Amino acid sequence: MKKLINKPEDVVKEELEGMALAYPDIIKVHLDPDFVYRADAPVKGKVAVISGGGSGHEPMHGGLVGVGMLDAACPGQVFTSPTPDQMLEAAKTVHGGAGVLYIVKNYTGDVMNFEMAADLARTEGIRVLNILIDDDTAVKDSLYTAGRRGVGTTVLAEKIVGAAAEKGYDLKKLADLCRKVNINGRSMGMALTSCTVPLAGKPTFDLPEDEMEIGIGIHGEPGRKRMKLKTADEVTEMLALSIIEDPAYTRTVREWDEDKGEWVDVVLEDPPFKAGDQVLAFVNSMGGTPDIELAIIYRKLHEICEKKGLKIVRNLVGRFITSLEMQGCSITLLKMDDEMIELWDAPVKTPGLRWGM
Amino acid sequence: MPITTADVLACLRKMADVIHENKEYLTELDSAIGDADHGINMDRGFQSVLKKLPSVEDKDAGTILKTAGMALVSSVGGAGGPLYGTAFMQAGMAVAGKYELEAEDLLAALDAALKGVVMRGKANLDDKTMVDAITPAVAAMREALGNGAGTAEALEQATAAAEKGMKDTIPMLAKKGRASYLGERSIGHQDPGATSSYLLIRTMAEMTRGKE
Repeated sequence: MKKLINKPEDVVKEELEGMALAYPDIIKVHLDPDFVYRADAPVKGKVAVISGGGSGHEPMHGGLVGVGMLDAACPGQVFTSPTPDQMLEAAKTVHGGAGVLYIVKNYTGDVMNFEMAADLARTEGIRVLNILIDDDTAVKDSLYTAGRRGVGTTVLAEKIVGAAAEKGYDLKKLADLCRKVNINGRSMGMALTSCTVPLAGKPTFDLPEDEMEIGIGIHGEPGRKRMKLKTADEVTEMLALSIIEDPAYTRTVREWDEDKGEWVDVVLEDPPFKAGDQVLAFVNSMGGTPDIELAIIYRKLHEICEKKGLKIVRNLVGRFITSLEMQGCSITLLKMDDEMIELWDAPVKTPGLRWGM
Repeated sequence: MPITTADVLACLRKMADVIHENKEYLTELDSAIGDADHGINMDRGFQSVLKKLPSVEDKDAGTILKTAGMALVSSVGGAGGPLYGTAFMQAGMAVAGKYELEAEDLLAALDAALKGVVMRGKANLDDKTMVDAITPAVAAMREALGNGAGTAEALEQATAAAEKGMKDTIPMLAKKGRASYLGERSIGHQDPGATSSYLLIRTMAEMTRGKE
């Protein structure tokens, strides 16, 4: 494997040390347990927004910590969920007295670790609510699977929810907002290459030179379908239509009910997109795909949205939720309302996203 | 002869060795239908368990197992951490305060471990998970003890059942965990979690051989 690393087992630690040195005015880093947190934490009276997940998706989540976005991010080993002790310590560090919102990507490991972390935080007197992001249309139903994975909409949720927390939303209102963002966002990804986890030393899967994987997740795991290479326009059409033509999606998730004091099942339904919707169009590189190709994808996505009557009111193009060096892309469309547009536009200062300040 | 806390400690140490020896194998299995880190994560987890054992050398079996469970939760990560962590912590609660374990105690511990895994992960039989190895193992152990078998023999039966359960995952369609995203492509591959569960149960049997 060819990587610019030292020892594979030191990758996460050295990354965190490097980030702390590169962005001392924005973030601080705590090691053992590992987490990144905003330099001015705790912000008194503000709900603390915390996320996390495996390393290897940078800038998500550690690079999205700062004013107007995450208060803290907990990095696990590469492509491995972080552990409850990380989220607990992070919560205790950034808690401003108004509770904590955990934004959790819907992967079995993340869900369980964040649930255990929430239970632990509550025993220490910290109010915590967990909201899942499950926007990946590559997974068609949740009856016989672990449910839709949390992918691109996660980045958008972290920005919108982070801005709302900055504005003073209380914990319950913030949870409702996060849930709203989740049900209005849909994504689909694809890969031209696999990626290599440092500790594994070889690619997670083999992809012949003339083939691509459609419907990938973000951990180098194989996707739903493998097929011969197509043009950028054909790929964009496949991904975009998977999102735009996705019917209403219903599933049950587990959330904490503060009144009952227990985890309860909540039924969520994503409404389908329809002509006239205002959307945020997010074209994301999986890490190895350059800007030149992202622009070509955006060009076709814009055309498809126009044809389908979707008005693109905001966009995001770049490397935000990656799988190490994987070549590939993902598209996310998020139906926006005025509240979400205003929160999207609010100032943000993180290593990976910065505007307005 | 009952199982002593010294035996429990020795078994945990042996489990760490077995997981370490099978690190690449488990990771290979996890490459096919996961994200290629099960062996790596479990190895890291059990090395973390080893570090904690000296501090509980003189404690009861319950404390030893709970300590192992907590070490696993905070070092394995992924789905394996909460699942195996809960398994060992629940097993520990079932034998809290005991310094000697009879066959019924081992069964209670294994049963509590299984219940913990099911509570935490909500998998059913045939979802192609660790539950598919542990469930038949517990049933086989219960039946063997009911038929008058000793501890060692009962664990042998449990191991054989776990091995069969593990192999039975090969044709299954994954309905839980990362493998479930692959849909039909998960068929034809042995589940990594069922495999690591089998290895741990087999280690229990190996360490108990001759203790009768």
